[in-house]
Amino acid sequence: MIPTSHYLFLSLGLFTIGVIGVVTRRNVIIILMSIELMLNAVNINLVAFSRLVGSAEGHVFAIFVITDAAAEAAVGLGIIIAFFRNRETLLGDEMDLLKW
Amino acid sequence: MIPLFPLAGAALMLLIGRRLPNIGVNVVCVGSVLLSMCFAFGAIWQLIARPAAERVVNFNLFDWVPAGVMHTNAGRVMDFHVPWGVLMDPLTAVMLLVVAGVGFLIHVYSTGYMAHEGGYYRFFGYLNLFMFSMLTLILANNLLLLFVGWEGVGLCSYLLIGFYFLRKSASDAGKKAFIVNRIGDAGFLLGLFLMLGTLGTIQFTELGPAIAAGNFAIGNGTLTAIALLLFVGATGKSAQLPLYVWLPDAMEGPTPVSALIHAATMVTAGVYMIARTNAVFSMAPRALEVVAVVGCVTSLFAATMGLVQNDIKRVLAYSTVSQLGYMFLACGVGAFTAGVFHLMTHAFFKALLFLGSGSVIHSLSGEQDMRKMGALWTKIPTTARTFLVASIAIAGIPPLAGFFSKDAILGHAFEHSPILWLLGFITAGMTAFYMFRLVNMTFFGTSRVDHEVEHHIHESPSSMTVPLTILAVLSVIGGWIGWPESLGGSDRFAQFLGPVMSRQGGEAAEAAGAAHAASGSSTEYLLMLLSVAIAAAGIWLAYRWYIQHTEVPGKIASNFGGLYRLLYNKYYVDQIYDAMFVNRVKDLALTLGAFDVGVINGLGVDGAGWLTRITSRVSMAWDTWIVDGLVNLAARVVWVLSYPVRMLQTGRVSRYALFMLLGVLIFLGYYLHSSGITLQNLLH
Repeated sequence: MIPTSHYLFLSLGLFTIGVIGVVTRRNVIIILMSIELMLNAVNINLVAFSRLVGSAEGHVFAIFVITDAAAEAAVGLGIIIAFFRNRETLLGDEMDLLKW
Repeated sequence: MIPLFPLAGAALMLLIGRRLPNIGVNVVCVGSVLLSMCFAFGAIWQLIARPAAERVVNFNLFDWVPAGVMHTNAGRVMDFHVPWGVLMDPLTAVMLLVVAGVGFLIHVYSTGYMAHEGGYYRFFGYLNLFMFSMLTLILANNLLLLFVGWEGVGLCSYLLIGFYFLRKSASDAGKKAFIVNRIGDAGFLLGLFLMLGTLGTIQFTELGPAIAAGNFAIGNGTLTAIALLLFVGATGKSAQLPLYVWLPDAMEGPTPVSALIHAATMVTAGVYMIARTNAVFSMAPRALEVVAVVGCVTSLFAATMGLVQNDIKRVLAYSTVSQLGYMFLACGVGAFTAGVFHLMTHAFFKALLFLGSGSVIHSLSGEQDMRKMGALWTKIPTTARTFLVASIAIAGIPPLAGFFSKDAILGHAFEHSPILWLLGFITAGMTAFYMFRLVNMTFFGTSRVDHEVEHHIHESPSSMTVPLTILAVLSVIGGWIGWPESLGGSDRFAQFLGPVMSRQGGEAAEAAGAAHAASGSSTEYLLMLLSVAIAAAGIWLAYRWYIQHTEVPGKIASNFGGLYRLLYNKYYVDQIYDAMFVNRVKDLALTLGAFDVGVINGLGVDGAGWLTRITSRVSMAWDTWIVDGLVNLAARVVWVLSYPVRMLQTGRVSRYALFMLLGVLIFLGYYLHSSGITLQNLLH
């Protein structure tokens, strides 16, 4: 039986890769994909702890997160398309509208 | 009610008259005057139908100036208010007859005379406005309302004198008339206020009782002042010395205007006003003497000028001034009735003379110089005959109108003072002379008409000759209602007017009446005979000099060159006025203008402007450096302090994400640290 800590280390690695992707990459689509990575790291965490505790609640929550990730991907892609139509760019560091 | 028709006509004309054809203008204007004439005659008829003692109708249409309680100078408390009201009594009736009747005839005449002129609607609009004002003037039951009409006719006079406003002399004459009238009006207004302050009323019917209640002595100083001030107003309107100068110039207006305004109606307003306020004048013998002397001197003075004028209308103008002088003479000697009587007959024959001269001018295509007329008797017979009738009437040959009225005046003057009578007597002779000089130069002798004009000579249309004929009839019979007792008549005119005069006039008028009765009829016969004789002499002289021996006037003119030039140039009065008053006023205006430019403009306005600029600079500097400076300083401080924070706000999404991550890590680190969890035991 694989100990829980292994799962946790895998999750930590995935999450760190996601965070670094979000912070360092310029293309917003990559950033979106990195966010998916982070969400899946969380899912692994949830499922691992759920198995450790012996309850199904963690699984259910993971399924909710997956659903949420799908919705988020749809909305995020929609925003990106709308943004591209307006600004003709997909580069995150050109998205400086938050400071007028 | 009566004045409303012409007012409506005037409003209609001046608003939409431009778009109406001439025939429409005729219907509206002449029709409105005809209506008011019918109403006027109806009112007169009702008045006559009453018994003599009740012939006064006084009703107020509405309260016009409710001024409340006031104290008079004499200490009495009066509830003062001015109504817009109508007073109908025999005096009004006579004036109404003259104004409405003559006014209507002249309207009819004007449709012929003005047919070829521009501004047809404008002319009739003004004429109707004049009728309205004049009717207001004579129907008013108080002095203030009379003043409204007074100013109204003055305005119309100005507008109509300056009718041919493109001609400089016409617009100048209009201005002159208006300004000279203003001088008189100032006197009128002062008199009105003084009367109000002293008597507390300006209602005509209340004047007599107010004087009686005030216990004024005859010759009271204040009443004399009132009377004199009112007389100043009358000299302006009725062209007496020294304010007569505008009337001869007023002949620049169209001839029907000269007839209506400057002969028959408006200029007699002064006489009417004095007759109206005779209650005051009767209490002020000094003022009456002034009136008499001014009237008498004016009549003589104007007659001498009339002797030598060559412009047909100017002769008539001076004749008008002279006849108005007669009327004032009559008022001045207390014979108000005779004055009003002469006013009426004069309105008939002078309107006729002016309309006749207009007809002559019309037939000669605008020629006004008598030296270029002559021998027109057969060419324009109707005009010539009616003109001759009027001339005989004004000369004072019985039984035409002028004889009775003029004789009544001279008779009263003789009772008062033989000197006044003598002056009036000489004037009567001159009147006859200059009128027949005019007639002879115009209608008889040899023709001196310009050659090309001569072909166009034509009798005027019937719209002009019919009024002439009617007026000629009136000139003949108009005097008969005042047929004196000494000639077997009953002087019904004096009886008709008597109540107005004696009721208001009190003792003075009664005294005059008594004196009249006392003077023997032999004196009266003698006076009549004399005046007829001098009139005949004047006519004969005119006949001799201007038909038989036409070289005589030229010889006289050259022998008495100085006198002739003096008369011909109207005693240089215009020049003297120019030098004494007009130019002084101009100088004053120039000085004041310089003062304006230099001191008011330079020091006052420009100085204030300069001062304002300086202060505004200062306050601007204060604003820029101190007020704005403080604000900017605060802003700059905030800006400097905010520098590090601002640096964090790059606006880039990824940077924000980084900060968020850092924040989460810091919180997480802090949490782990504070709960004693280390990485070491976490891994276990």
